[in-house]
Amino acid sequence: MNDGLLQIEDLRLHYRTTQGVVQAVDGVTFALGPRQALAVLGESGCGKSSLARAILRLLPRNVETYDGCVRVHGLDVMPFDEERFRREVRWSKIAIVMQAAMNALNPVLRVVDQVLEPLLVHQGLQREAALARVRAVFQMVGVPLDFMGRYAFELSGGMRQRVVLAMALVLQPPLVLLDEPTSALDVLTQANIMNVLKRIKRETGTSFMLITHDIATSSELADRVAVMYAGQLVELSDAAHFFHEPLHPYAQKLMASVPRLREAKKLAYIPGRPPSLIDLPQGCRFAPRCLQRFARCEQDPPMMHAKDGRQVRCWLYE
Amino acid sequence: MDNSTLLAVRNLHTWYELRQRVFGRAGAVRAVDDVTFDLAAGEAIAVVGESGCGKSSLAKTILGLYRPTRGEIFFQGQPIHSANSQTLRWYHRQVGFVQQDPYGALPPFLNVRRILAEPLSIHGIRKAQREERIREVLEEVKLVPIADFITKFPHMLSGGQQQRVVIARAMLLRPQLIVADEPVSMLDASVRVEILELLRNLQSAHRLAIIYITHDLSAVRHFSERIFVMYGGQIVEKGQVADLLRHPLHPYTQALLRAIPDADAANAETDREVPPGEPPSLLHPPPGCRFHPRCPLVTPGLCDTQEPPEFEPEPLHLTLCWLYKDTTP
Repeated sequence: MNDGLLQIEDLRLHYRTTQGVVQAVDGVTFALGPRQALAVLGESGCGKSSLARAILRLLPRNVETYDGCVRVHGLDVMPFDEERFRREVRWSKIAIVMQAAMNALNPVLRVVDQVLEPLLVHQGLQREAALARVRAVFQMVGVPLDFMGRYAFELSGGMRQRVVLAMALVLQPPLVLLDEPTSALDVLTQANIMNVLKRIKRETGTSFMLITHDIATSSELADRVAVMYAGQLVELSDAAHFFHEPLHPYAQKLMASVPRLREAKKLAYIPGRPPSLIDLPQGCRFAPRCLQRFARCEQDPPMMHAKDGRQVRCWLYE
Repeated sequence: MDNSTLLAVRNLHTWYELRQRVFGRAGAVRAVDDVTFDLAAGEAIAVVGESGCGKSSLAKTILGLYRPTRGEIFFQGQPIHSANSQTLRWYHRQVGFVQQDPYGALPPFLNVRRILAEPLSIHGIRKAQREERIREVLEEVKLVPIADFITKFPHMLSGGQQQRVVIARAMLLRPQLIVADEPVSMLDASVRVEILELLRNLQSAHRLAIIYITHDLSAVRHFSERIFVMYGGQIVEKGQVADLLRHPLHPYTQALLRAIPDADAANAETDREVPPGEPPSLLHPPPGCRFHPRCPLVTPGLCDTQEPPEFEPEPLHLTLCWLYKDTTP
């Protein structure tokens, strides 16, 4: 399977805290091909942002465990030292738009200089050549060229989000991770940004991993869906099947809690709370909240293969 | 204004005066610009609109936190816009406020009991009765068993529990109206449903009127009777939830509804239609209809020069748009 763009196997990222070990990412396995968009869905604290950090190796200091396998174009990058990872993987192969990144633009640099920087550092381009590339990227994400010389505070939220997207795209990486890219934006701005992402995917073949809790918006881009619960993937499916009929009891409940604009449906919520990532329940992690649990759920279910090539971590599909 | 009217808002303007230049006025931000509506007792309405449309300014003016520049607010027939401090004190007991960010709204160094005791002591409730009332409201917002929560500090609670404390605080003085500014936007989908259900139950149990400020049109039908759509400081459309969602009248409402996805895989196949441009500056709003520079159905010579009055093309469904000029104004 050397043609896969990204392969993750049994990736784990645990943090050390005074209360114990937080198992934020606990044995995540999936693969992502070129021209694909994977939506990673889950509630706050399920480990979805940590998953992005683990893939890009953007780790805090209190790491207890970081292991597993990350392959980019078939090449295992885990043995790379930090310098080689920075030069060969981060930003050139996999870039990221962090959560609320649009509020973290440097206020004293013009936006053009911030987008320019990766080209000068990574590719050693001359300023003129780099500027030409920046113009092309700005056009692609829909920032008017006369905004190039502006500062972040002179731009609206939507425009700042486009600038941050331009920063991620400027080295033409085959994969961009997006962590809640539209959650702070208004409805119309959100629709605009999703349109930009769709166009980029169509025109450049860039793959995306879209991390979000906003299920309706994720359906704008996703062709595959991964549902995360308590540090694990519990369902991995193509978007068409998933949005029509989620399989995992958690995914079903999650979808039932999402209102729809165009039809009146009864909303339901999931009783109880997600488990603490420090003190996880034995067996299936969703079992304490699950209405369909049975004796088998006391054991930890593996990822099962279900119909239509879907995967689900639930004994119901054994 | 009939008998069931709890709150009546008439031609309300909230303008923020900019600092004076050397010569004359610098101008004003017209955050709320001529808003009129009635709210019945026990009724929930949702005010929807994008950031900067003036919806939070409207909420804060109704709460009495800002003095209106012009216009009138009546609560149970009592004028609030020109009230003295005694009437205002009475009014503040009748309205509760539920903020957007529960963690930011709760003082981090007070526990739940002290957070809830404060409004009671400010309004002169005696100590013996305070504890009893605190227990009542905690029960009402389902923070039970009470003993588990009453000594907790905000950071020890989940987002949903924090929002329940905020709601409990708003309910303490038995208000008749709650203003909730994006009460669930910081919460996860499943917790959102729980909190909205809680507010719905409080509404019917106490015949509580609720004004929701929100941008989440998909959820609106689950917690309110009417929708007001706000754009550029004005309410451009008012209607019953089902009517407005099924048959939006104003081109801005139509654009807004088109931009919102439902969770379907087919969304990835097509682009969404979005009107060009940005919302208007509230400092220099465009002449005529505020939406005309972005409107696909604009009538030149009319929409760009004259402000549309309110038309009622369908019963109880009103809009500020010249498209409906042949219907009853």
